[in-house]
Amino acid sequence: MNMSSRKSAYTESIVQGILGLVTGFATTLKHLFRRPITEQYPEYRRPLPARSRARIILTRDPDGDERCVACYLCSAVCPVSCISMQSAEREDGRRYARWFRINFARCIYCGFCEEACPTLAIQLTPHFETCQRDILTLVAEKEDLLVDHGGKNNEYNFYSHAGVAMLGDKGSHIGEDAPVDPKSNLP
Amino acid sequence: MVVWAVGILLLVIKLGIVMVTLLLGAAYLVLAERKLLGRLQIRYGPNRAGPFGLLQPIADTVKMMLKEDTVPQSADRVIFLIAPAVVATAALLIFAVVPFGNTLTISGVRIPLVISDLNIGLLYVFALSSIGVYGVALGGWASNSKYSLLGAIRGAAQMISYELSLGLSLVPVVMMSRSFSLVDIVNSQAACPFILLLPVSFMLFFVSSMAEIKRIPFDLPEAENELGAGYHTEYSGMRFGLFFLGEYVNMVVLGALITVFFLGGWRGPLLPPLVWFVIKVLCIVFLMIWTRGTLPRLRYDQLMQLGWKALVPISLVNIIITGSLILLRGS
Repeated sequence: MNMSSRKSAYTESIVQGILGLVTGFATTLKHLFRRPITEQYPEYRRPLPARSRARIILTRDPDGDERCVACYLCSAVCPVSCISMQSAEREDGRRYARWFRINFARCIYCGFCEEACPTLAIQLTPHFETCQRDILTLVAEKEDLLVDHGGKNNEYNFYSHAGVAMLGDKGSHIGEDAPVDPKSNLP
Repeated sequence: MVVWAVGILLLVIKLGIVMVTLLLGAAYLVLAERKLLGRLQIRYGPNRAGPFGLLQPIADTVKMMLKEDTVPQSADRVIFLIAPAVVATAALLIFAVVPFGNTLTISGVRIPLVISDLNIGLLYVFALSSIGVYGVALGGWASNSKYSLLGAIRGAAQMISYELSLGLSLVPVVMMSRSFSLVDIVNSQAACPFILLLPVSFMLFFVSSMAEIKRIPFDLPEAENELGAGYHTEYSGMRFGLFFLGEYVNMVVLGALITVFFLGGWRGPLLPPLVWFVIKVLCIVFLMIWTRGTLPRLRYDQLMQLGWKALVPISLVNIIITGSLILLRGS
């Protein structure tokens, strides 16, 4: 009894071993005739999600003005300190960056600058092919960064509700109610 | 005198053709293996250099020629420099006794399509495959690196163990053909290739030869994950290239040997003998690549267990059974 059961276990293990080998070889042979799943990169560029983080741009308002108000929030939040700028002010009181520089050799594409930006000016794009032979060509100036569209949100205009010096009287700003006269409001 | 000179000339021409074919074959075998392996893993493999990546071997060769040939400071210089050549030479020399076609007759001159019909061809093959072990062992030892040394020790142990079953698995073939000459072995398969008569020997020889040339389920001497690159860790440039070349020439040579011993050599219907020979060798080579794409590496103890506890006893029993059958039929 013991002898025969040991014998059957032995044949069992042989069958298992052969089956294992055959299934392995059959699987690889089947794969030989399958279409490769490789995406051939330079010929085929997989469309990336709109929110994937790569090269940084500076966007514009719907009316064509620069959105950036040179508040330094992006440069402050940047963990590798790759953003620098010089702020200035126009005659109408609107602030802008006299120069704006991103060192892409140092940028880690974390997207903190985009999160910090109050005006949606600085944004990350899916465009990742930014390799250069000379590391200094990776330093982008303002004119390299500026684009002619609003990026992820074309309608948003920060200056239609905030950010400029009040020139007119109270209540004259867009979307602002006329001031309430506390004395006329008596019961 | 003239006959003698013509003989020498023919030999040199044959040598040249075989040598160039083998080296080119080995180079393109690398590409074929990478491509096939890629397809087995549902990817393309190299396809950038030239159409279908056909210039890849040339690009690789140029790269290896141009690389710096470094010698570790504490290496045993002379042995370190010689070892790769031993491997490549031993692999190339085996092909000298392999008949790759029928005897050609060009304007009355008979040209046997074998470089040298040695009457102890089979022993010569074993002798050279043993010399190949020296390349591995010396290369690994001379590098003076722990990974190389471990790889070399594994290589030597593995190749010596499997040589036993390699040799024993061919004893039935010699008994059937009554000759050590590879030409005679092919001729005695005129009626029926030995794979049909001696399937067990074929399996034994195939497995042992895979171990002998360190192909994937038995590639412990160069196990990348544990040993870096094993015995050729410290080699660079064309010296590494020679190890690599030797490995792939070995693949062709073993394909040729299996063809000669079990598949009837160049014999086959319709097609010319040389074409049959090439087809059979390529089939064996495909089998090796397919195995590489399928099986994982053995552990060291499993390797030794398979060699000493399975292959050697089976081949001994195989010899006894085949011998008694031959005796029974003869009486």
